[in-house]
Amino acid sequence: MKTKLTALAVTTALVAPAAMAQEMTIVSWGGAYSKSQLKAYHEPYSAKSGVTIINDDSSAEAVAKLRAMNEAGNVTWDVVDVVAADAIRLCDEGLAMEIDADTQLAAAPDGTSASEDFGDLLVSDCFIPQIVYSTTFGYRTDLVGDTAPTTICDVFDTDAYPGKRALEKRPINNMEWALLCDGVAKSDVYDVLATPEGQDKALAKLGTIKDDVIWWSAGADTPQLLADGEVVMGSTYNGRLFAVIEEQKQPVAMLWDAQVFDLDGWIIPAGLSDERKAQALDYIMFATDTQRLADQAKYISYGPARASSAPLVGKHAELGIDMAPHMPTDPNNAQNTFLYNYEFWADYRDDIDAKFQAWLAK
Amino acid sequence: MTDATSQSGPVLAADGTPLKKSLARALRLQKTRALMLIAPLLVFVLISFVFPIASMLFRSVENSIVMETLPLTVEELQNWDADSGQLPEEALYAAFIADMVVAIDAKKHTRLGTRLNYEETGMSSLFRKSGRKIKKLDPATDGPFKDKLIDIDKKWGDVTTWAVIKTHSVKITNGYFLNAIDMQRTPDGAQAQPEDKRILIKLFQRTLFMSLMITASCIMLGYPVAWLLANLPARTANILMILVLLPFWTSLLVRTSAWKVMLQQQGVINEVLVWIGLVADDARLVMINNQFGTIVAMTHILLPFMILPMYSVMQTIQPTYLRAAKSMGATNWTAFWRVYFPLSVPGIGAGSILVFILAIGYYITPEIVGGTKGVFISNRIAYHISSSLNWGLAAALGTILLGVVLLLYWCYDKIVGIDNVKLG
Repeated sequence: MKTKLTALAVTTALVAPAAMAQEMTIVSWGGAYSKSQLKAYHEPYSAKSGVTIINDDSSAEAVAKLRAMNEAGNVTWDVVDVVAADAIRLCDEGLAMEIDADTQLAAAPDGTSASEDFGDLLVSDCFIPQIVYSTTFGYRTDLVGDTAPTTICDVFDTDAYPGKRALEKRPINNMEWALLCDGVAKSDVYDVLATPEGQDKALAKLGTIKDDVIWWSAGADTPQLLADGEVVMGSTYNGRLFAVIEEQKQPVAMLWDAQVFDLDGWIIPAGLSDERKAQALDYIMFATDTQRLADQAKYISYGPARASSAPLVGKHAELGIDMAPHMPTDPNNAQNTFLYNYEFWADYRDDIDAKFQAWLAK
Repeated sequence: MTDATSQSGPVLAADGTPLKKSLARALRLQKTRALMLIAPLLVFVLISFVFPIASMLFRSVENSIVMETLPLTVEELQNWDADSGQLPEEALYAAFIADMVVAIDAKKHTRLGTRLNYEETGMSSLFRKSGRKIKKLDPATDGPFKDKLIDIDKKWGDVTTWAVIKTHSVKITNGYFLNAIDMQRTPDGAQAQPEDKRILIKLFQRTLFMSLMITASCIMLGYPVAWLLANLPARTANILMILVLLPFWTSLLVRTSAWKVMLQQQGVINEVLVWIGLVADDARLVMINNQFGTIVAMTHILLPFMILPMYSVMQTIQPTYLRAAKSMGATNWTAFWRVYFPLSVPGIGAGSILVFILAIGYYITPEIVGGTKGVFISNRIAYHISSSLNWGLAAALGTILLGVVLLLYWCYDKIVGIDNVKLG
């Protein structure tokens, strides 16, 4: 019995490292988004390299979990999908590995370096952008009367558009929209928001519709509220609205005005063994090249983060419709846009969030 | 008899050792054996329960990051008086540069920035941005640094920046606890937060109030059900029991979402009320995303925890007691109120403690149906654990919550008596 056990232990010990190299855990958001990554990245990568990819839908708690793993000295994730703001936080905390875009990411097919191809979207040293998504409004076409809303300020106009609105239960984006509709110029929004008076001004503007707002905290809430007719308009991620409009055929339309661009992408956790790090880098090199990023847009309506991928965006894999007009970055949709101000919110998030929550509870 | 008492010295056991000693040895042996038997469980509980909780609680006061990242600066700061309104001397700036160069090398300066940003907005980007430039300086040859650093970012020429670092440079801090009760640690001692940022005390009060409401409504709804369960014939009671247990086995999320479907303005209840004409179509009731919705959903979810202990206590109450009371002339009400009810109190006590303690730490249901007025303190704790990464504050909030529960438990013990709680 004992020899048997020892033999077993020895074989496991021998087999384990070899097996580990053939497996990697990739963390993402789950749902349609993970599916698009599975089709565009994981399946081709597994076919090419023979590595089995394990999906873990933990991105929503990724920052806290990575910190806990790091403190315990046992990081079990290889590549993690996070929004840019979280990537900055992870990088600041030393929980994510720094990446050199030009040597560790693939160049564009025409030879443009990766750092140039991604351009401004490389918002942190640890962050490898994947998609551009936007937070924008959708409205019920059958509940808004004869004139459909066209500008962001229609959200604040309860006379013209009576009924509930869905807004996210956090200050980010809402404060910017409120200031914009309170007469602050777009270029001044963050200067104003950095002052206590500006914050009060934004909250006062939000206060004009406070009684008509349902506050959401999960991205799936607004699509559901729109489908149920609980709200006439609501903010959410553009990909969710695409699903409501094109896949579920609900009477909903997009209000692209003042959409806020945000980025989602990969980080590699700090503290991986050399072998796993090499594996993760190999995956990243493959999964963020020009073609792969364009491929993802076949499955979900988020814009590829590389400039060189945009011309390659084709039709939806199942619906067969052209995806380009559904991209937040499409010129028709992007006439009036914001880019999430990472630097500002990294500083002010806790402060303004405390104020915002206190205001909500009033 | 007289012989034994007249003997001097201790009583001896058969083998000649003092009886007291030999008795103690026998007891010790027994105790060791008992300890050995529970040792696996004890070790398990210590490792997986007590130790993690203790280490989490310790975070609420732990604050060594400033001293560890900037050891020389902290030392120099002792010689500087924040109240003087004067900027520190060159020696401090030199010490700071020396510390930062080491910290940047270990990539620790941004962590410190995040930590200090909880106290003073803007520190995060100050450390991140300055770090990029300080990296290029050599502490040995590039001095003097005072003007250079102020050139890098004018905030280094601001007394507040240094005052914040000094205030939070202690290893064990009360800062997180002060934050948890809407106060802050300042150079001049503890001060209240500005009014528009006070939220946590309000949330504590609300959590307590709503948990009490939920417990009370569970008692009201649960008591008759438990009584029925205990007094119906076994066959009917079993069917009823399944009805109680069925939701108990259903996923929490499913039940919460079901309440959403029921209570929302286009939901089942409103549709029915509008259809039978009790409510006008444009004046539908708002029953969700507020306190009402949270109390309804949580009462439903926690009800089995109230019914089950009540039921098991009521089952042990002999029906003959009631008959005896009635035979002596008591009315139905008197027999119930004076005989049955006092006997069922231990079940109410056990159920109430269970429900209340579960309710006070609830997170997911208030998050989904709570809207703005129905959220609990645990939602804020979750925010600080997973979004702001301010684990110190989260730990302080958790510690206070634990303290409140223990305090209430103690009050309960004093008023009702914990011996008076039975689970069956």
